[in-house]
Amino acid sequence: MSQLSTTDSDREEMLAAIGVSSVDELFRDIPAGVRFDRALDLEPALSEPELVRHLEELAAKNVDTTRELSFLGMGIYDHYVPAVVDTVLQRGEFLTAYTPYQPEMSQGVLQAIFEYQTAICELTAMDVSNASGYDGTTVAADACLVAKHATGRAKVVLAETVNPQVRQVVKTYAIGFGLEVVEVPHASGLTDPAAVRAAAEDAAAVIFQQPNVFGILENAPELAAAAKDAGALAIAHIDPISLGVLEAPGNYGADLAIGEGQSAGNYQSYAGPHYGFLASKAEYTRRLPGRIIGETTDLNGDRGYVLTLQTREQHIRREKATSNMTTNQTLLALAGLVHLSWLGPQGLREVGETCMALGAYAKERVDLPLVFPDRPTFKEFAVRLNRPARDVIRDARALGVHPGYAIGRDYEDMDDVLLVAVTERRSPADIDRLAHVLHEVRA
Amino acid sequence: MELIYEKSKPGRRASTVPQYGLQPPEVPENLRRAEPPRLPELAEPELVRHFTELSTRNFGIDTGFYPLGSCTMKHNPRVNERVVMLPGFKDLHPHQEEEAAQGALELMWRLQEILQEVAGLDACSLQPAAGSQGELTGLMLMRAYFDDIGEGEQRDTIITADTAHGTNPASVTMAGYKLEKVATDARGNLDVDDLRAKVNERTAGLMLTNPSTLGLFDENIEEVAKIFHDAGSLLYYDGANLNAVCGISRPGDMGFDIVHINLHKTFSQPHGGGGPGGGPIVVREKLEPFLPVPAVVKNGVSFRLDHDRPKSIGKVRGFTGPFGVFVRSYAYIRSYGPALREMSETAVLNANYLLAKLRDAYDLPYDRLAMHEFVLSARTLKREHGITALDVAKRLMDYGYHPPTIYFPLVVPEALMIEPTETEPKERLDAFIEAMLAIAGEAAETPELLKEAPTSRPVRRLDEVKAAKRAVVKYGFEEHPDLAAEAGEARQLEAQKGA
Repeated sequence: MSQLSTTDSDREEMLAAIGVSSVDELFRDIPAGVRFDRALDLEPALSEPELVRHLEELAAKNVDTTRELSFLGMGIYDHYVPAVVDTVLQRGEFLTAYTPYQPEMSQGVLQAIFEYQTAICELTAMDVSNASGYDGTTVAADACLVAKHATGRAKVVLAETVNPQVRQVVKTYAIGFGLEVVEVPHASGLTDPAAVRAAAEDAAAVIFQQPNVFGILENAPELAAAAKDAGALAIAHIDPISLGVLEAPGNYGADLAIGEGQSAGNYQSYAGPHYGFLASKAEYTRRLPGRIIGETTDLNGDRGYVLTLQTREQHIRREKATSNMTTNQTLLALAGLVHLSWLGPQGLREVGETCMALGAYAKERVDLPLVFPDRPTFKEFAVRLNRPARDVIRDARALGVHPGYAIGRDYEDMDDVLLVAVTERRSPADIDRLAHVLHEVRA
Repeated sequence: MELIYEKSKPGRRASTVPQYGLQPPEVPENLRRAEPPRLPELAEPELVRHFTELSTRNFGIDTGFYPLGSCTMKHNPRVNERVVMLPGFKDLHPHQEEEAAQGALELMWRLQEILQEVAGLDACSLQPAAGSQGELTGLMLMRAYFDDIGEGEQRDTIITADTAHGTNPASVTMAGYKLEKVATDARGNLDVDDLRAKVNERTAGLMLTNPSTLGLFDENIEEVAKIFHDAGSLLYYDGANLNAVCGISRPGDMGFDIVHINLHKTFSQPHGGGGPGGGPIVVREKLEPFLPVPAVVKNGVSFRLDHDRPKSIGKVRGFTGPFGVFVRSYAYIRSYGPALREMSETAVLNANYLLAKLRDAYDLPYDRLAMHEFVLSARTLKREHGITALDVAKRLMDYGYHPPTIYFPLVVPEALMIEPTETEPKERLDAFIEAMLAIAGEAAETPELLKEAPTSRPVRRLDEVKAAKRAVVKYGFEEHPDLAAEAGEARQLEAQKGA
C-alpha cells in the first residue's frame, strides 16, 4: 500500500508495546453487534497508472471549455486563471496545512489571508472581510443572519434579479433562521427602487445583484438607498472581476458586499471548490461568520498575524456562535489573492473593459433582439430567439459552439431566451463564429 | 516580512490582458468606479517570490508531522492533484448540458455509491461544502422529515454530547432547534442514565461523533440508538472521526440515520490552510426524498440531474457541490479499494502505539484502548510545574512538530488531543515520542524553555488579546497603525486550538 509505511515487523513491535496480540484486538471496544463482518463491497484497488487512465477516461466524457467554444455563464465564468495561481497553490506548505490555530506555525497562510481580506476590502470599499465562505450562495445566507441580528427584524427582501441559486439557498437556510423571504419582481430587467422600498418595510436586509442575473447594471445606489430608507441593511451581491470598472458597493451605501469568488482566481471545475466572499462596514465586524485574521505583535514586538475575534466562533461560543463554520475555502481565497495581485488595479480595469467591449461587439454581431434593449450590461446579455433556447443550444453544440444558458429554466416566459456570457478569453473571431453558428441554426 | 502591499510600486504589474483593439462602452457615470482599488502592483518575479517566501513561513503535512487531533492530517497523494487538473474536470462549466457532462456525473454517482457502502446507508447527497454544512443539512432533513409526518411542531430539541465539536451546538442553533447536552460517563461513553432522562417526545434527534472526540468508541451505541428510535427520534452521525472505522464498523449498522463524511479528513482532500472541504451526507431510505436538489441519478447507462424532488429541503450550496473535492476523494478511494480497512487499522495502531508510550509521562483521563486518536492531559504538569497544554504545544514547535489539538474536548482539563493518522511511519512516531518525553522532563527541570517557546519559528508567541482588542483586519496603507509602538505582551488564549 503506497500510502502506508508500516511493515509486518513494525506492526509486531507496536502491538507488543501496546500489549495486545493482534490488530483486531485494538477494536475490542466495538460491540460485536455493530462490527462489520465482511469486506467493503468496493471495486479492486487501482495502481497509479491505472487510476490516472480511469480518470482520464471519465474526464474525456465531459465536453469542457477547451473542447467547445462556450458562452456559458450564469454565475460561473471562464475567466483566465494565471499560471502563478497554479504555482502558488501547489506549494505543499499551503496545500497540506490546516486552519492556522497555532500562529507560530502558520504565519504564511495567516499573512496571505490578511492580504486577501485587504484585497476584498479594497475591491468592495468595505472595512472588514472574513477569510472566505463556501461559495456565492452560502455567503448570502450568512449575510441574512448578520442582518437579522443587527436589526432584530425577521424578514429579508431578495431582488428577483439575484441568481436563482442564491435565492434558493437563502430560502433553505431561512427556515432555521426564522426569516421570512420576500422577492421583488423585476421590471424590464431592472429592480425598481420604489418596489424595494415598499417591500423592505420591517425587513432586516435587501439583497440585490450587480450586475444582475441578466447581466444588466442595476441602479445600485438607489437600491441601497431604498433599503436604508426602510431601516434594512443593503447587501450587494457582486462580481469581483467587475470592480475595476464598476463602483464599489461600499461607496454607494451598501452595508455588506458578498459574492461568488470564482471569477477571480478559480477554475470553473463543475462549480467547485470555489470561495464566497463576505465583507462589511466596521459596525458589523463582531457579527460576521467565519475566520478573520488580525494583526498583532509577538514577544519581541515584531509584527505577526493570528486568528482573531474568535469569541464569535463555534469552537469558543458553541451554540451562541455567529455561525457553525470551521472549514472554509482558504486555498481558493488564496488563489483569489494571487489572481488579484497578478492583475493589479490596471489589469482589473482592463479585464472589465475587455469584457464590456466584447459584450458590445457580441450584441452587435449576433444581431438578435435584446430582451431588455438599451440597458447597459457588463459581460452577459439576454437575447430573444425565434424558437426554444434548448433547441438552439442543441443544434449549435452540434456545430461545436455552446451559445449560452437557457434562462427559461429559471424564469417564466423566457423559454426562447438565451443568456450569452463573454470573458476576456473569447476573441472577436470567437464571437464571429458564435454569430455564424446562431445564424446557421436559424436562432 | 513585508506585506505585498508594502512591496507595491505604481506602474508595475504582472498581468497582460487582451484588448482585441475594441473600445469598451461607457459605464453610466453614477455606476462607474471613481477610485481604483489599491491592489498590489508587482511584476511577476517579485510576485512569485512573495508567495514562495510566505509558504516557507507555513507548516504543512509535507513539512512534517501534524498530529492535530480530530483533523485527520494524513498525507495527500499527489496523483489526486494531477487528475483534478485534467481539462475535462477543471474546465467543465456546471451548466454544461447533462449529455456533455457524463464523466462528471458518473464520477459523482460512483462516489455516492461508495460512501453509501462505507456508511452502511441508502442514499447520498454530495452537495454540502464542509462537515459543518453537512451537519446543518442533516438537521434540516430532520425538520423536513418530522414536518412530513406531522411531528414538526412537537419535536424541537436536539441532543448533543458534552464532548461534541463546537460545530454541533452551533448547527443546532442555525437550524432553529433547541439544544440539550448529555454528560459523559466515567468510561468516556455517553451517560445512558442522563440520556434516558432527556429523550422524550420533544426530541428530534441526537448528534454524535463515534468514536467520540475522546477517541473512544461508545460501547453502548446499540442501546443509545434504541433509546432514540423508541422515542421516534433520529440519530445523526458526525463523521469527523470516520477514519477510525472504515470497513470495521458502519454508522448505519450502529443505528445512525444520517451521516456526514468529511472528505478532507478521511478521504484526503488537502486541507488547504483551512479549506476546501467536502461534507456529503448519507441517509436511510426514508430520508432520501428530503435530500438537497438536484440529485445525481443513474438512468440506464447514463447519468442525469434530478430536480424533481417535491419534498426536498432545497439547496444548501450552488450546483452539486465542490466537484474538485469529489475528484480527489474518488481517486483516493479507488487507489485503496476494499483495503480502506487497512487504512483505518493502521490509523488505530499508530494512535495506540503513541498512547502506550506517552501514558506514563502525561495524564490519561480515560484508560482504554484508543481508536484513531486519544486525549492526554497536562494537568499534573500544570499543578506541579505551572506548565500548561499551551506550553507543551509551543515547545513541540521547537522540536519540529505541529502541535496536537489543545483545550479540546472541553471535558478534559489541559487537553492534548493527538491524532497521528495512518500515514506516519514508526520512525516518525518514535521521534515524536522522544520529543514528548523530553518536554515532560523539561517541564520539571527547565520550565523556562517551555514558557519561552517557540524560539525557532518566524515569530515568537503573539499577543492575541491585542489582536482582538485592536481588530486590525486589513492593511491601512498610509493610515496603517504601528502596533509595535503600542504596549503588548505574549497573551495567548488558553482556549481550543484545533479540531
